[in-house]
Amino acid sequence: MTSPSTTSTASRPVSGRRGRPRSSVRKRVEIGLFLAPAILLYLGFVVVPMLMAVFYSGFKWNGLEPLNNFVGLDNYQRALSDPVFRGAIWHNLVFILLSLVIQLPIGLGLALLVNRKMRGRSALRMILFAPYVLSEVVTAVAWLLILQPDGPVDVLMQKVGLGHYVQLWLADGNLVLYTLFVVITWKYIGFAIILFLAGLQGVPRELSEAASIDGAGPWQVTRHITLPLLGPTIRIWVFLSIIGSLQLFDLIWIMTLGGPANASNTMVTYIVQRGFQRSQFGYGSAVAVILFVISFAFALVYQRFVLRRDTEGATTRMVG
Amino acid sequence: MTAPVTLELPPDAAPVTPVGPPRRRLSLGTPVTYVLAVVVSLFALAPLVYVLIGGFRTTGQLADRPLALPGPWEWSNYTDVLASGSFWRQAANSLLIAAVVTGLVVFTGALAAFALSRYDFRGRETIYNFFTIGLLFPAGVAILPLYLLLRNMNMLDTPWAVALPEAAFGLPVTIVILRPFMRNIPGELEDAAVIDGCSRFGFFWRILLPLSGPALITVGILAFVGSWNAYLLPFLLLSEPTQYTLPLGTAVFSSSYSSDTAKILAFTAVSMVPALVFFMLAQRRIIGGLTGAVKG
Repeated sequence: MTSPSTTSTASRPVSGRRGRPRSSVRKRVEIGLFLAPAILLYLGFVVVPMLMAVFYSGFKWNGLEPLNNFVGLDNYQRALSDPVFRGAIWHNLVFILLSLVIQLPIGLGLALLVNRKMRGRSALRMILFAPYVLSEVVTAVAWLLILQPDGPVDVLMQKVGLGHYVQLWLADGNLVLYTLFVVITWKYIGFAIILFLAGLQGVPRELSEAASIDGAGPWQVTRHITLPLLGPTIRIWVFLSIIGSLQLFDLIWIMTLGGPANASNTMVTYIVQRGFQRSQFGYGSAVAVILFVISFAFALVYQRFVLRRDTEGATTRMVG
Repeated sequence: MTAPVTLELPPDAAPVTPVGPPRRRLSLGTPVTYVLAVVVSLFALAPLVYVLIGGFRTTGQLADRPLALPGPWEWSNYTDVLASGSFWRQAANSLLIAAVVTGLVVFTGALAAFALSRYDFRGRETIYNFFTIGLLFPAGVAILPLYLLLRNMNMLDTPWAVALPEAAFGLPVTIVILRPFMRNIPGELEDAAVIDGCSRFGFFWRILLPLSGPALITVGILAFVGSWNAYLLPFLLLSEPTQYTLPLGTAVFSSSYSSDTAKILAFTAVSMVPALVFFMLAQRRIIGGLTGAVKG
């Protein structure tokens, strides 16, 4: 599957297929030369490490000793029955669900808002998008200080009379996921807005005008014209959001290290804890493979059942 | 997370047609709209402002009255950070790595996208799909073997240890953006070039690449920003403080000076600046690149 297809064309006789007269050997060499750097880079640092993870996952191994303690599927079994890992999967799932239920409506609402004619609209767009440009590290460090006990958030709440709602935002195991979700939303809502705004460009103005001439109110126009036409954009945002939620690491690692007591572990923080901090390279690799299988399975299902219509549209458009 | 989408966003999409209500509603909707806009802007900006201004206070002031303005303004946090040398070294490391990643991704990605868009050969779609699968890989999945691989190559604690994997992980989105762009460049141009005695590579280099300028800039910016902000790979592959990138340095700084809040705020503020400035300069490109990208 990986070898450049130059080899597969090599077995065929020189078929003077369409195109200008060019010797097929030469063409194959050219294709090979154009593709080689990218394929080598991609094989060497993405594909081969991934396959090595599959290989290592069969061993109990600390990364240093000889690789001879083959344990079969034991690591997978252990991972799937470890409550800490199950918790990590659950936390990823919580982030996915919260994103869909909370970020999607907020993002859509704000995009519709910013899409109106109003003063300072481009400034507003820039402001909303600024957090997205910052690294997760900067975001995490800033919020860590903002949320610290007796920090600005707590004091602000006391000042406006919400003092007894103050919590240990990051140290309370029941709360930490939701606190992190607020920070994640702060950082990533701008991306949703920009994406939806781009989608709104594709909604023809005539349609909504015609509808309002026919007596449709603003809500009806939004509900029956704008949102359906925004469908492809929304479906792509959902896809990106879910993949992103499955890969969460930086922000959580810096704010909580997956704690307190594993309450905010995600799959990737769990890989780093087990693989690097405890040098369980075989076991960590098994967890990594599970993460990949989950992402891949989700992507396949989503492509097949949700994105298919959009993709078909795109390919026919590309051909036509 | 910046992956597959195909939405053609005109890069100069400034004047947006309002989808919403006809004029009679405007008078009613506007005040609510503005209030909402202000509230949302405050939520987006407040943390940034807190960090920037907090850097001008002392840790004592911050502990006493977290919300107050600096009084008196304290410049030493910022001057210490800027004079320390570690900030500049980390920024230089980040810049070097991001530049290498950008160069590698754009160069190898453009070559591959050329072959995948303008040659007709068996297995072309297979190779293309093979690259697009990479959109799903978090670096976290391959990080353990990558670490071992780079350790065996004696490359840990070098800029290459971070740059090569980052470039490799950046290839999928690059190829997915560049291929349709290159495919849409008319075949007549290519015929004309060949008739004029241009080789395939000559066509690629002298005609196709210049024409692909906007798309190349977009993928270059995506690669640069991604690398500049990256944390996971530097965190696991660089342990020597002189090799730290800016995000890694920021994280380490915040945990090693955890009692000195004001210093951390100043350091964080300073390390926000390059990204924000870059964003202001390249705003349209970044937004266009993120939204006008790809489709799997």
